[in-house]
Amino acid sequence: MEEVVVSARNLCVTLSGRTVLEEVTFDVRSGEFTGIIGPNGAGKTTLLRAILGLVPIQQGEIVVMGTPSSNLRDARSRIGYMPQHQSFDRRFPLSAADVVATGLLSPRTLLRSIIGKKSSIAAALHAVGMEQYSDRSFQDLSGGEQQRILLARSLVRRPELLLLDEPSAGLDFPAQQSFIELLHKLQRKDDLTVILVSHDLVSVAAAADKLVCINRSMHIHGRPGAVLHSLRLDEAYRCQFELFRDAEERSSVGIE
Amino acid sequence: MVLSDMFAFSFMLRAFFAALLVGTLCSLLSFFVVLKRLSFLGAGISHTALGGIALGLVTGLNPVLTGTIFAVGTAMSTGYISRISKISEDTVVGIFYASGMAFGIALISTFKGFYPELFSLLFGNILAVTIPDLMLMGIVLTVILLFVVLFFKELLAICFDEEMAAAGGLPVKMLYMGLLAAMGLAVMVSIQLVGVVLVAALIVIPGATGHRLSVNYRGMLAVSLITGLVGSVSGLFLSYYYPIPPGASIVLILTVIFAFSVAVQPLLTKLRYAA
Repeated sequence: MEEVVVSARNLCVTLSGRTVLEEVTFDVRSGEFTGIIGPNGAGKTTLLRAILGLVPIQQGEIVVMGTPSSNLRDARSRIGYMPQHQSFDRRFPLSAADVVATGLLSPRTLLRSIIGKKSSIAAALHAVGMEQYSDRSFQDLSGGEQQRILLARSLVRRPELLLLDEPSAGLDFPAQQSFIELLHKLQRKDDLTVILVSHDLVSVAAAADKLVCINRSMHIHGRPGAVLHSLRLDEAYRCQFELFRDAEERSSVGIE
Repeated sequence: MVLSDMFAFSFMLRAFFAALLVGTLCSLLSFFVVLKRLSFLGAGISHTALGGIALGLVTGLNPVLTGTIFAVGTAMSTGYISRISKISEDTVVGIFYASGMAFGIALISTFKGFYPELFSLLFGNILAVTIPDLMLMGIVLTVILLFVVLFFKELLAICFDEEMAAAGGLPVKMLYMGLLAAMGLAVMVSIQLVGVVLVAALIVIPGATGHRLSVNYRGMLAVSLITGLVGSVSGLFLSYYYPIPPGASIVLILTVIFAFSVAVQPLLTKLRYAA
């Protein structure tokens, strides 16, 4: 049985007096690709931030690779994180390699040079197929290319656990598909544990081994087919889903 | 017009060194101010400092010291309040900006007296800079330079994406507060050069010019430093030969440089894509 990488138990998070997450419980096992789904304001981003120890937990606990999320310290170097694209300025004057290099910074690199880490940066860019863009200005890249550079940034420390928050938001459909395929390839190659937050039920259901559906509280988790067929999905989104199953037993979904 | 004539006056020599020190200091911080989008904070800190300056004047304490406490306090309180209350920095600065000014005006109106230093602190008086003032500027520049050199890559990462920097375990709050304190100190020593009213220009224009003219941070920092130094020194020269107060001439020259950067930026972009 695979090792549990992330374990959330009865997790409750309150921000500015508002309950954002309530009684959320789930496990993510090593090498699993888990999709976190739910409507707007469901607390998906807060859940990722709680895993990273960036928000205080009122009740319950999250253990990440054997360490409580409130005290990750050294375990942080084993976690890659790609925040929502709104969190940075796309006109920031950095080259693609500079952006990737920011992913190397940690308390251990304080007062130390990271010039000797060029090979790690090159390897991360190579992994996402962007090695030829190394010296290109980040602001000159397309949205899809920028997302790949940010993925390289989250991979540069060769993490075991990768957390992604709406990584394909704002991309057109082919770019979204290409990004998810790349993610899948990387996950298989390096046996990464991936937790992906997404609005896009279709692509996340096609890629994930397991879905966790939340809307403040836990609604359902399990294999994508089971989750998408469950009436609890309708409860979480407060609408009715019409499901189609394609030839590969992968589920696609429409809204009635 | 011979430069040696100008430097024959010891006050002009002191003013020249003050322009070099403050130009370097402000343009260095301007780089981070523009990248972190803290431009309004510069104006807010300087106007709030008026409250501290007034407190110093009416109580007989050193107005630069009380102003510095207000400036650094405002900068750090802005960061702290905006973080814990989720109110944007702009909103918090807007409140401090007005209340600091109001406090200063109320003090000066209540304790009526003759405060000759007030005018020079409001509009700047670089020609009145003394050797101890220069030493203070040198110390502040050294401390801030040390802070920036030691934590440059971390500060750059925080400006780019604070969330990611925090997830990586960087001491984001501490470094951000350090940056704000540095801004408070820089604003206060710069007030002697251009005054409360105009100091925001020194904190904003060099970095904004660098951002227009460069697509990489090294170029942006270099352009920011050059702009700050050229603006400060040439503004001082201009004020020597024409009857314009140094603070105003420095800010006007910086504005002309920024306008030039806006005008040539499309051309530079075309050349970059053509290359």
